[in-house]
Amino acid sequence: MPAPPGAVHVHDAHAHHPALQHQFETMGQQLESATLGMWLFLVTEIMFFGGLFMAYLLYRVWYPVAWAEGSLELDILLGGVNTVVLIGSSLTMALAVRAAQTGFPRATVNYLLVTMALGLTFLVIKGFEYAHKFETGHVPGPNFHFEGPHAQQVEIFLSLYFAMTGLHAVHMVIGFGLLSVIAWMAYRRRFSPEWYAPVEMAGLYWHFVDIVWIFLFPLLYLVDRAHHFV
Amino acid sequence: MYYGIFAALMVFTGLTIGVAFINLGALNFPVAISIAIIKATLVILFFMHVWYSSQLTKLIIGTGLFFLMVLFVLTMSDYISRGWSTYPAGAGQSTRQSESAR
Amino acid sequence: MTTPLLPREHYLNIRYGILSWLLTKDHKRIALLYLISVTAFFFLGGFFAVLIRLELATPAGDMVSSDTYNKLFTMHGVIMVFFFLIPSIPAVLGNFLIPMMIGAKDLAFPRLNLLSWYIYMLGGTFTMWAVIVGGVDTGWTFYTPYSTAASNTNVVATGLGVFITGFSSILTGLNFIVTIHRMRAPGLTWFRLPLFVWAHYATSLIFILGTPVIAITVLLLAVERGLHIGIFDPALGGDPVLFQHLFWFYSHPAVYIMVLPSMGVVSEVVACFSRKNIFGYSFVAFSSLAIAVFGFLVWAHHMFVAGMSVYAAMIFSFLSYAVAIPSAVKVFNWTATLYKGSISWQAPLLFVFGFLGLFTIGGMTGLFLAALAIDVHVHDTYFIVAHFHYIMVGGAIMGYMAGLHFWWPKITGRMYPEGWAKFSALVIFIGFNLTFFPQFVLGYLGMPRRYHAYPEEFQVLNVMSSAGASILAVGYVIPMVYFLWSLRYGRAAGPNPWGATGLEWTTQSPPLTENFPMTPVVTEGAYEYSKREMRVV
Repeated sequence: MPAPPGAVHVHDAHAHHPALQHQFETMGQQLESATLGMWLFLVTEIMFFGGLFMAYLLYRVWYPVAWAEGSLELDILLGGVNTVVLIGSSLTMALAVRAAQTGFPRATVNYLLVTMALGLTFLVIKGFEYAHKFETGHVPGPNFHFEGPHAQQVEIFLSLYFAMTGLHAVHMVIGFGLLSVIAWMAYRRRFSPEWYAPVEMAGLYWHFVDIVWIFLFPLLYLVDRAHHFV
Repeated sequence: MYYGIFAALMVFTGLTIGVAFINLGALNFPVAISIAIIKATLVILFFMHVWYSSQLTKLIIGTGLFFLMVLFVLTMSDYISRGWSTYPAGAGQSTRQSESAR
Repeated sequence: MTTPLLPREHYLNIRYGILSWLLTKDHKRIALLYLISVTAFFFLGGFFAVLIRLELATPAGDMVSSDTYNKLFTMHGVIMVFFFLIPSIPAVLGNFLIPMMIGAKDLAFPRLNLLSWYIYMLGGTFTMWAVIVGGVDTGWTFYTPYSTAASNTNVVATGLGVFITGFSSILTGLNFIVTIHRMRAPGLTWFRLPLFVWAHYATSLIFILGTPVIAITVLLLAVERGLHIGIFDPALGGDPVLFQHLFWFYSHPAVYIMVLPSMGVVSEVVACFSRKNIFGYSFVAFSSLAIAVFGFLVWAHHMFVAGMSVYAAMIFSFLSYAVAIPSAVKVFNWTATLYKGSISWQAPLLFVFGFLGLFTIGGMTGLFLAALAIDVHVHDTYFIVAHFHYIMVGGAIMGYMAGLHFWWPKITGRMYPEGWAKFSALVIFIGFNLTFFPQFVLGYLGMPRRYHAYPEEFQVLNVMSSAGASILAVGYVIPMVYFLWSLRYGRAAGPNPWGATGLEWTTQSPPLTENFPMTPVVTEGAYEYSKREMRVV
């Protein structure tokens, strides 16, 4: 029903949480909106990475031998360690969210710091892997060098390797930055069981980045360890 | 409970590495993907709390995955069917796309 | 009845100064920021169109070199598609109206909304810079391997502009979906929503699902161009058609981003100016969703002659027929709404009539193109150019004009001059048909697109098209003039000059910053015109 003519502005007199934004009526609505928004964003990330996975899929079907050769060039130990590290960081992230949700700010900060440390470990290991690729001339581009008849196709594999893990690493760096902000806010006791949405949202983002790696690891590192193609 | 999920994820990680060394031929790829899907599902349902989330959240995730599948399936439908013969044997072969797998 | 006066306080005069605009969180002010930007890009894209039509007035390629001509049609396409058509209705009318239509104070994420605009401006700046330093000549479709290996123009800069602007779309779509789910006023159930809102919801689905794919595609394009890794280059083992698959996976649904909001406007205007409830409301609502979903299943119909498998082509052909069905459902329902309605021949409805006829022609010719046997002959000819301009200009832009006119009184508090508006609708309609109908004939006769020279026998039709373009250009300038004039001299509109249903019409014009002094409670459907007693115009 429209407001009657001459209606006076009505200011809601009830006290509201300091973190409640003006366009929302309740904290519950705000949290639901934030969660919905974050999930929609993650769907865009699924489609963003999806384009790379599509290219991967096509060329794996076209060039199974080159895929095997390229994959065997990757260090399965480092990849495996990174997988454990990242999944571990997901565990600590989930624990951080639970700590925030149940009102344990110090635990929240600690779990977040561990998550960040594990994330950093991942990036450092990745850095070593990339450095090794530079040394062996396996970086796609003008200085690419690979032995064998399928070199051009292996270059495509390695291009996708760098593109997919590179994009993933960029997301990890962004996640690291995000977590440092959240950790700072937790340290300043900004979160409580009434309002811990940013921790939860950061958690969703972090877990997503973990899930991308869960797929990248077998797709890139485990293509032909049983030497069926080569 | 999170520790339990983590343990399961570790088991599946070990499994996927182990199975990778067994020669299953063409099956290696689907098996690896399947294990990855199981791991991802555990993270989504329990670390990301989707098990406890609203129908809308589940719908959103499902929709995203559906359209990702559309991208893969419809695009691959082109590549997989390129080699199929269009003409009766012997007629006008010169314009046919050359074999896709090299 | 009393002559309306402008309200004392509203969202435009509540705060002054450039910072109050550049740092605003008010969805209405952000909508106006977009209005200014998209209009500027429209006239820039139009400038390139003028040059194209000037060149094509004579058969010889005598005005510009072929390289320059390639840049002209590329810049026309890139600017019009990415910087005008895709943002236009959602970012201007959607931003302004959606919170009001659902009884909310603002969108769910007002700061993200402002960020969207800044991102859009940043992307636009990159692209403008690319234009200034020499342009791009690949066509707006950036097909490989020309764009990655052969073209010596600013592909990466333009691509970067498009990449950045994509995030603007994504954030807008995200904002709309969350807003529509979570911020509806009490009593406003899904099936009481205005169809404009349904249309934008469906559009937002496409923003979310499609835009990221072109983002990654443009990134890959840039990497390929820089490093020549071979992902799209056949000489290096790649497949150029893969680029096309990835490109069109977004760019086909993108055309539904352009037309769905326009259809939303049409629903609102048709209901108001026939004083009737929309016939088949739920059919129209669901057809918006169906268009969004089916729109993702048809992209390879742009690639029938690219070297794809004929079997996959048949699948996409079949699906392309299917996607026409929900659009047809809408046209039937709007027609049924108009039938036996109390028709009011105002400018918004005139633009909508233009939409109905021209979109139908565009859509029908789309069906011709869905047939493989026809497409093989007319692909890359002017038939295609005519087809998509009928949809995008005859359809989408007509709807945009209708919407601008319909909601101008709400946005500015002033009426535009109705006589001039009717005149401009007529000029645009005539100019449009004269420009683009001959192009159907030209394409059918075999004139290829993206060529600046053509055989002599095509000149008459080309001259008709160029003449039409000059009329069309005038047709678009006229509203610019009278809209600006109305800001100062237009009659005050009052809250509801059209006697329309809809929550946005229950408040003052221009609205308060917070839209509603008290949150409205909704108790009836969106188009209860039968309960209205009088027309207020």
